[in-house]
Amino acid sequence: MIEWQWELVWELAPRFVDATGKTLMAAGGGYGIAVILGLIFVVAQRTPIRVLTFTMREFVELVRSTPLLLQIFFVYYVGPQFGLILSPWTAGLIAIGVHYGAYLSEVYRGGIESVSKGQWEAAKAINLPIVRTYRRIVLPQALPPAIAGMGNYLVGIFKDTPMLSVIGVAELMHTATTIGAESYRYLEPYTMVGAIFLALSLPAAFFINVFEKWVRRTLGMVK
Amino acid sequence: MTEDMSQYPLRLDGDDFPMVRFQKVTKAYGSLVVLNQLDLDVSAGEMVTIIGPSGSGKTTVLRMLMTLETINSGVIYVEGEPLTHMERDGRLVPANSAHIRRIRSKIGMCFQHFNLFPHMTALGNCMEGPVQVLRLPRKEAEERSLELLEMVGMAEKRDQHPSRLSGGQQQRVAIARALAMRPKIMLFDEVTSALDPEVISEVTNVIRRLVDTHNLTMLMVTHQMGFAKEISDRVCFFFDGSIEEQGSPAKLFETPERERTKQFLNAVLEAN
Repeated sequence: MIEWQWELVWELAPRFVDATGKTLMAAGGGYGIAVILGLIFVVAQRTPIRVLTFTMREFVELVRSTPLLLQIFFVYYVGPQFGLILSPWTAGLIAIGVHYGAYLSEVYRGGIESVSKGQWEAAKAINLPIVRTYRRIVLPQALPPAIAGMGNYLVGIFKDTPMLSVIGVAELMHTATTIGAESYRYLEPYTMVGAIFLALSLPAAFFINVFEKWVRRTLGMVK
Repeated sequence: MTEDMSQYPLRLDGDDFPMVRFQKVTKAYGSLVVLNQLDLDVSAGEMVTIIGPSGSGKTTVLRMLMTLETINSGVIYVEGEPLTHMERDGRLVPANSAHIRRIRSKIGMCFQHFNLFPHMTALGNCMEGPVQVLRLPRKEAEERSLELLEMVGMAEKRDQHPSRLSGGQQQRVAIARALAMRPKIMLFDEVTSALDPEVISEVTNVIRRLVDTHNLTMLMVTHQMGFAKEISDRVCFFFDGSIEEQGSPAKLFETPERERTKQFLNAVLEAN
């Protein structure tokens, strides 16, 4: 029977603080990419250009129907065979950003579709060009209903960052595994990883809720 | 279906072409023909009211003019220039978006459900077009918008969001928003239909004032027969996708000639 060693916890703490920073960076960076890519995906699907619409829809479907782990491997290992040599960090952020971008585009789509047809027509009646119609009229109204879904995927991307450990990104999971290999202690490192994920995920839902209310208030769209 | 476009002039010449002309305009959704070969001229400064049973295509007339609906055949002209088409190599071809935007800038529209931008204040709604489309400096756009909000009696509510305004108030802001773009043609699509009876006059009074003080060309779809009779220069009765009868309000409401017009007016009178 193995006993829990608090001294090991304190000893490992600095390494985990560092790894937590890297995990947050991976999640934040990946999410940043996903937020922008998702927007591009959804707008491209709504252009009158049939080829673009079709290609984008199929691409999003492809990304959503294949495992993230495969996509990470693909970018990191298959990329170089086509001359695309990327660091683990870059490859990881691209893979995770594209993956979650596909999911976020669906969330945006729901938000955009919740904006009534009358808003598009009113924008047309004052002759707003299409890009401004999106930026000034549609997207601000599509945002509040999309926030809850966006928040879920923020937590989702955070919990998926351990997948980056397989290509050597030194985030929490990777750190714990390395420690295990060095010391043959697995209980404390993995428990600490779990505790850190829990501590960061739990308040997220609360803050997302607060953020949503704040956005609604700021936009004057109180339910 | 290819149409022989040579039957339509490239532009309307002469001194007295109408502000708006629908020439043989047809609109269909699949096999359902909503408007059938519509011919309608509206002169500059004229107030034309469109009445008729639901499904008669009256709202579609306004929506086509605002380019919210495409047309299947025919040509719409605005100030002598084609709106739905443009000239290329001496022929009319379907208009591109730049052409449509240029002609569309002459037209403003108010909707049954107001369609104010809910995330902007009353003032913000009015300033949006002048700032974002006309590229006016903010100060100038604000002055223009405030003047219009004053005219519709909404200056005090300038900083309120639409959710804080009643239907009548929202519609008045929507009228100011449309006018802020300085259109030559204003379209009113059942602007009082969604309002409670006691606030309808708020909106009709504003339209009355517009007719008295502005030299706008106006097209209005309404169910308010009294208002139509009082304010219009001409009333068009639509039935089944075409104009069944038209004339001065006095003639159309008091001595209608067509059987369907009589039936419709009787039915409306009974309902009231």
